[in-house]
Amino acid sequence: MVNLIEADIAIVGAGGAGLRAAIAVAEADPGLRIALISKVYPMRSHTVAAEGGAAGVVRPDDSLEDHFHDTVAGGDWLCDQDVVDYFVAHCTEEMMQLEHWGCPWSRKDDGHVNVRAFGGMKIERTWFAADKSGFHILHTLFQTSIKYPSIRRLDEYFCVDLIVEDGRCQGVVAIEIASGEFVLVAAKAVIMATGGAGRVFLQNTNGGIVTGDGMTLAYRHAVPLRDMEFVQYHPTCMPGTGLLFTEGCRGEGGILTNKDGYRYLQDYGLGPPDPWPRNKAMELGPRDRISQAFWHEERKGRTITTAYGEAVHLDLRHLGARKLRERLPQICELAEHFLGINPAKQPIPVRPGVHYTMGGILVNIETATPLAGLFAAGECASAGIHGANRLGSNSLSELGVFGKMAGIAAAAYARSNIIAPIAILERQAQGVERKALSLMVADRGSERPAVLRDEMARSMEAGCGIYRVGAEMQATCDTIATLKERYRRLRLDDRSRIWNTEWLSAIELGYQLDVAEAIAHSAINRRESRGSHQRLDDFRSRDDAAFLKHTLAHYRPDGPPRIDYGPVIITRSPPGKRVYGGEAERIEQAGKEAIHAA
Amino acid sequence: MPPDAATAIAAREIVIEVLRYRPETNREPVRQAYRVPFTDDMSVLQGLQYIKDHLDGTLSFRWSCRMAICGSCGMMIGGAPRLACMTVVREYYPGPFTVEPLAHFPIERDLVVTVGGFVKKIESIYPYLIPKTQRRLDEGEYLQTPLQLARYETFSDCINCMLCYAACPQFGENPDFIGPGAMALLQRYNGDSRDGAQTKRMELVHTDNGAWSCTAVGYCSEVCPKQVDPANAVNQNKTRSALDYFLRFLGRPAGSGSAASGEVEP
Repeated sequence: MVNLIEADIAIVGAGGAGLRAAIAVAEADPGLRIALISKVYPMRSHTVAAEGGAAGVVRPDDSLEDHFHDTVAGGDWLCDQDVVDYFVAHCTEEMMQLEHWGCPWSRKDDGHVNVRAFGGMKIERTWFAADKSGFHILHTLFQTSIKYPSIRRLDEYFCVDLIVEDGRCQGVVAIEIASGEFVLVAAKAVIMATGGAGRVFLQNTNGGIVTGDGMTLAYRHAVPLRDMEFVQYHPTCMPGTGLLFTEGCRGEGGILTNKDGYRYLQDYGLGPPDPWPRNKAMELGPRDRISQAFWHEERKGRTITTAYGEAVHLDLRHLGARKLRERLPQICELAEHFLGINPAKQPIPVRPGVHYTMGGILVNIETATPLAGLFAAGECASAGIHGANRLGSNSLSELGVFGKMAGIAAAAYARSNIIAPIAILERQAQGVERKALSLMVADRGSERPAVLRDEMARSMEAGCGIYRVGAEMQATCDTIATLKERYRRLRLDDRSRIWNTEWLSAIELGYQLDVAEAIAHSAINRRESRGSHQRLDDFRSRDDAAFLKHTLAHYRPDGPPRIDYGPVIITRSPPGKRVYGGEAERIEQAGKEAIHAA
Repeated sequence: MPPDAATAIAAREIVIEVLRYRPETNREPVRQAYRVPFTDDMSVLQGLQYIKDHLDGTLSFRWSCRMAICGSCGMMIGGAPRLACMTVVREYYPGPFTVEPLAHFPIERDLVVTVGGFVKKIESIYPYLIPKTQRRLDEGEYLQTPLQLARYETFSDCINCMLCYAACPQFGENPDFIGPGAMALLQRYNGDSRDGAQTKRMELVHTDNGAWSCTAVGYCSEVCPKQVDPANAVNQNKTRSALDYFLRFLGRPAGSGSAASGEVEP
């Protein structure tokens, strides 16, 4: 039995991107019926955990041009530059919009919004709400969404499939978690806003819900996943749990030291260590470089041993207790509560952890996927702004800029399309229901979902970590294939319908295995090193001739994905050397002198 | 305390008694004991995850962020409302200790309670900025000094974990009481110098299920994991509600007693 909800637009995911899209639809046309579907209540969505802030040019000494170049170079030239241009031009108005909706941005004494420094950004342009920026953005969007009667929330509905009829996406099927009943949400357009997939790795900063659902759902319906090999390791996470200590710590002046108290980043092309402030240098380098530097320090034996592996020190002591309480209250709380450390008195042990999936569902600049009627925004999408390495504070802005775009584009699409007769969609939905229920059949086998999940995460960490080699990536590809085989023999303890979280986790594990496979195969096929994809075998450097292109992973039901490639849009920034610290300053100075001389 | 390597690795065991309720099989809740190995830094959430992964896949509970910001994992631990991710197992050694669903809420299954009623309360208090004066985006931000921000900032930190409702005896008696969390959110907007809808929200404060239902026990603020101090929000609203009441006798509109928006928008 499948229940029916009819809408004009279905949005899957109610984090920053999904909520922003819903509001955009409601504002574009209050007559459109919106179904906002989320497997958790909106305020639990993982946007909540973002700490540092969101980029938007505001200072008189800053420019869109600088934000553009920081983003493109930060992404190691794998960004689509037309999309980056659109993005940087719209970040500030989105930040302003959030302010008008009540977001409690931190302020300067004169009442204007304050901005802080962030990694890889030349000028301070990160809007922040203490160190709970994502939390405040999410709650502001959620609370604002309540104003709009056309937004019908389906809280705690778990999406199991898309309905594709006549070549167009015409709705989704979801499980109402509280009852275990299936519902067909028929809609003229669907927006995916389901977030990333960081939980396919072992040590990660992500919440348990970050399982790549939307990526896999689109992928299984022949939408390519783009650039999946680019997985961001955030350099400052708690050993063991992977909990995040924001880059804002370093934006406020925090430093990283090894076991000898030495600021080791100066040994990795990010120095010299002074003078301060030091945007785009040392601790304010990009995340990929800083995580890679950790890897080398560990191998040199210069890291600190903790109960949960090697670490370096994030030292905030010189900021003083008062500034720490004002700017980084949650960091203090996390350090005190989970590590028993007062950051004003002791450095915090940190190590890299998986944080963000740069790749995702292929979309164009208007957030449309190749599947008609399906749009995607936020971390689940690959809009083309992050390239091979995302800069911190670009992703929260992305939720606003492209969440809004998705709402507007989907609204326009919904107004000019109709859906197939409901009976046809219902027949599909019944097929989806049968398949999802088959996971609960008793005699499938004896594999425990948690065992498979942990083996997947360990294998991804081993083969697709900060540095990669062909043989290890191959081993991961093989392991994932085996796990997918074993997944068919899953045995669940729980065969009930009401709040059966074991069943839902098993469906999520299916999503994760497909995403993991796309990551591993995209990685092994990229025979170069770029951004967050660094190889230690024969492909140690960037190869623009062969690989200045986007990876496209195409789903195949009976085997690994088919990999091909798409073009990167270069408009005005030809691929250059990616430099930070003193070297970047020297090159910039030389450039200025050349212009003067000319 | 930071675990040193030796103690963290030498796992001890403890018995966790979990209240189970599966509406498809249990007529009423029953207690089930699980023996769980733990390390010094292990949270109760990790204990429950251990049970689910290795002992009994049928145990249901909500969780996500693991870092006390998503608000999903509120439950009664050792009889008190706490976040499972922020509570360490070692506190209860040698045990056993109990884990139960949040008090005062209907149980849907095991440790999962009904959240919908609480969300309806949030939705009812106009939880969004209703500006005193409309500005266009190209006119820039509404100015707000750090001091003005500080007047409501604490109340904006609420993670909607509902621990305060489980602590509130009045909510236990009267499920329609607006309660500490929603009152804190109401104060978050009423205290915001950019907002101009205090009068509208004060109408809700004055009602039978508004601030006057509170019996000033203060346990809500004690259990709050984010120091939001909802009791303070309720108290501020009682004061304003009383002031409004007297102002009405003087023929002035309700809400004009709200001191929150003291400063004029610069």
